[in-house]
Order: sequence, then structure tokens, then C-alpha cells
Amino acid sequence: MIAHRGWHWPAALAGLVVVAILGVALGAVSISLHDLAAVVRGDAPASVREIVLTLRAPRVVLAALVGAALGASGSTMQATLRNPLAEPYLLGVSGGAAVGAVGAMLLRLPAASWPIGAFVGAAVAVALALGVARGTSMLRAADPRTLLMAGVVVGALANAVVMIALANVPPETVRGALWWMMGSVGDATWTSVAWLGAYALIAIIALLTQAPTIDALTLGDEAAAGLGVRVERATAQAFLTAALLAAATVAAAGLVGFVGLIVPYLARGAGLSRQREILLASVIVGAMLVIAADLVARIATPPSELPLGAVTAVLGVPFFLVQLRRLR
Amino acid sequence: MIAFESVRIAYPGQVGRAIDGVSFQVERGMITAVAGPNGSGKSTLVRALLRRVPLAGGRITIDESPVDALGARALARRVAFVTQREETAFARTVGDYVALARYPHGDAGTDAARRAVEAAVVRAGVEPFLARTIDTLSGGEWQRVRIARALAQEGDALVLDEPTSFLDVAHEMLVFELLAQIAASGVAVLLVSHQLNLVARFASRIVLLHRGRIAVDGAPDVVMRGEVLERVYEWPLVVSRDPAVGALALVPLRRHH
Repeated sequence: MIAHRGWHWPAALAGLVVVAILGVALGAVSISLHDLAAVVRGDAPASVREIVLTLRAPRVVLAALVGAALGASGSTMQATLRNPLAEPYLLGVSGGAAVGAVGAMLLRLPAASWPIGAFVGAAVAVALALGVARGTSMLRAADPRTLLMAGVVVGALANAVVMIALANVPPETVRGALWWMMGSVGDATWTSVAWLGAYALIAIIALLTQAPTIDALTLGDEAAAGLGVRVERATAQAFLTAALLAAATVAAAGLVGFVGLIVPYLARGAGLSRQREILLASVIVGAMLVIAADLVARIATPPSELPLGAVTAVLGVPFFLVQLRRLR
Repeated sequence: MIAFESVRIAYPGQVGRAIDGVSFQVERGMITAVAGPNGSGKSTLVRALLRRVPLAGGRITIDESPVDALGARALARRVAFVTQREETAFARTVGDYVALARYPHGDAGTDAARRAVEAAVVRAGVEPFLARTIDTLSGGEWQRVRIARALAQEGDALVLDEPTSFLDVAHEMLVFELLAQIAASGVAVLLVSHQLNLVARFASRIVLLHRGRIAVDGAPDVVMRGEVLERVYEWPLVVSRDPAVGALALVPLRRHH
């Protein structure tokens, strides 16, 4: 199996390092490798240090964490729902998280509470999307598109709620909130890096330990039960962990769609089939993808920046169409 | 080894019982078949053993201990299931698929797991497919691979729900012969099947269900009687003995010519 050729993992990690270095070096002001090395050694000029350590590095690390978390979340949702189109953004989970976070923002709650708002919103969105899909009794039936439609409906509702909430607030707040709805890691700080990092680490480890159970779940409820899986509990655990992981990224960087769709697709395309490997590959490739997308967002149309979510959507739509086609 | 004792099952919102007072035992070293018309409750029994439906009465035991007392993984170490439905949304190699059998043992990647998987693959005769992905298998190959996965669970009972629906004659025979070999090695095989004629040739005992109750239960020549089957299937038929192989065979008659 291709996946077991030893060079894949080191190559992926090396790729991540290269993309991260490019992410730190390139931008409105380019930093040479020589200067980067000086920053690492601690003898770089103050202006260079300032750009690298307070602007670029936290931004690149936050982008990596957002990508890793979305990759892990998407690969878990796809496996537990046995649906290659499942993804936090498309399932409305991210939209729900946005409602929660914008709500916390508009209520002038302290920034530290926004993630909690996002978690609550994401949990409500999951319940709504699954409820709608169950209502049509098609959650796990032959056509995975039903759950997706439920997600689209919940996402549209979430969007409307945010728009209504923003209707009567000062223009600056609207602009900030909209920018955030379109996804951005531009406001990254080491604090946001630290809390998303801690959260992502715990959630990804939890998902890794659940990976063998998730593998069994991909066979369907009855077959999984035959292997000794407590199906309902295991599904709820994995799905909720994945949803909360996606919610954390929304609180940190707004809506960044399609990463959870693209990345597991690439991992499986590379010949991986065990959930533990797919998850790890999704973490690495997801991190790479979001760093690269953020780089494009920064340098494509200087001096202005493109929304990160728009860049990932442009990348993601072709993948979505390919997957949809595969479903016949 | 597996005993159903006065089992009663009712589905919510449904009038009457899906299973009403069914008792029989599945012994090691033989194939015990559960047959009967559509909706007679065959698959419900399997789902009850899997604990996917609650019992309204009676109990199911494995070597005298109730299945409810066993943990989910402990049950899976004793009894392997080849369920009716199984999804293949994501392609994986046959080797990886069979290795999923080690989930209840929690020993994936160990030598014991590798040995169990290898032995199961050889027994089911699926070595030629090992490197292929499951979405490329034919229906017959896929059923044998699923049986290999069940064997790798190393339980002492194997439960199969309609393993030969949609298979052609040759693949059907391959599966039945494989099940006969597995039973002969000392495993208790519980087979739910529509294929009465094949069941009559391979099973030592047939439990014939009719509307949730046992219509008749015994050796094939006890069950394969025209008047019994006609009543259960509600269709005119004859049972004859094949002159070449001596097997009892049900032949449904045409009502109108």
C-alpha cells in the first residue's frame, strides 16, 4: 500500500516546514532567509524581529492550527457519517458557531467568552442539522446528499441570524464582523495561538484514540455493533468532538470553509484508509493548505488582503463537485 | 452454545409482536438455519442477538450466560456477525478490512492479530484479493471477504444474515461449502437464509419461522414437507427428492398456466 512507503510522512512534514517558512518570509515586506536565520539566532534588527515575531509567525502558526483542526474535524465527520461530503462548514456547524460568537461579540462579552459562544452555536447547529436529516429519516441512508441539504439549510439560517443581528449595529462593528465571517487569521496573537493550540491538541488526541472505533463505524451501524462498538455513544462522542474542534477554529479565525472536505479527500487519494493515518495526514495537509491559502490571501492583491474563507472556497468547490459526481 | 429462550420482541408503534415466544439452541459443530417468509422475524432475531433491539421477554444466552451481561466487545469476541447490510463508503484494502476484526480484541498490529488475520484469509480462500480495495470486489468475492473478517474475530460462533442473496449459483455454493467447513471445525454457525433448498442440504437443523413464531423446527427432512411449507409460505408447492444428489428440494407451483 502506498501509505506504507516510509517517505510519505517525512515528505509531508518537510512540505509543512517549507510552506511555513514561505508564509513567514513572504508578504508586503519580504524577509530573506538570512534575516529569518538572524531572528532565530536572536541578532536580527528590531524591525525585522517585530514583523516576524509579532505579525507573521503567530499568523502562520494560527493558520496551521486552524487548518490542522479543520482537517481533523472534517476527516472525523466524514468517517462517522460515512459521507465524503461531510465537512463542518457544509454541515452548518461553522455557521452555528459564527452565530454564537457574533452573539457574544454583540453582547459585548469579553473576547475570552467568544469561543464558548461558538461552541454553543456549533452544538445547536449540529443538533438542528441532524434533526432535520433525521426528520426526513435519511441520516445514514443511501443518499448522503440529504444531510448536506440539512446542513445548507442550517447554514443559511445561521447566516440570516447573523445578518439580522448586525442590522442595527455601528458600521465599524459590521465591517469587523463581516471580515470575520469571511475568515481571517490576520488578527493572530500568541494568545489566540496558545488557546487554539491547547484546544486542538486535546481534541486531536481524543480523536486519535477513537480512530479504531471510527474505522469500525465506517462499516455501518449493524456491522460496527457486530464488532463490539457501542454505536450511538461512539458516533455522538466522535461527532461532537469534531464539531467543537471546528467551533474553536471559528472563534479563532472566523469561517474558513472546505478545508475539512479537501484534506481527507487528498489523504484517501494518497492511498490511506485507516482513520488514524487519515486523521494525521489531514492534520498535516490541512495546516499546509491554510498557511498557503493565507499566503495567497495576503499577496494576491496588494495592498489589500483577500478573505481567507474566499480563497479556501475557490479551492474547495472543484473538490466538492468531484465528490458529488462520484455519488452518481 | 447460543440459546434463545422464549424470546419476545415488539417493535415500537407496531401491532403484535415481531417475535413471539421463540426458543431454540445453536450448537457447535453444525449449521443451524433460520428460514421463513419475508417479515417472519428472521433478521429481528439476529438484531436481538446483536442487542440492536430490546427483548420484550425471554432471554438469549451464550454458554448459559445472558448476552445482556456481556460487554459489547466481549460479545464480539465470542460471536462474529456477517450482517445483512454493510457500507463501503470508503475504499480500503481487503487486508485492512479483514484486520478490523481485531477491534474487539484491541490487539491491532500485534503478532496475534496478524496470525488471526492470515489464518482467516487462508480459510476463506481470499488471499488473491488481499491487496485489492473492497470497492473492486464482485458480490461473491465481497461475501467471502466478509466471512474472512468474521473468522478473524476468532469467536466460537458465527452468525450470518442472508449471506448469499444476489449471488449466482457458483458463488452461493462457494459460500455454503465454506460455512460447512467452518461448522465442521467446531464453530456454531447460525445462518439466516431464504435459500431453503441449499439450507436443506447444508444445515443440520432448520428453524422455520412464520409470523414471529416457530412453525417447525428440526432436521431438514422434518421441515422440508410440502404441507408444512405450503402453510408457511402460503403458496402451492411440492417437495421432491433430487434423484441425482438425494437432496430435498422445494418446487413452487404456478397457480395459473
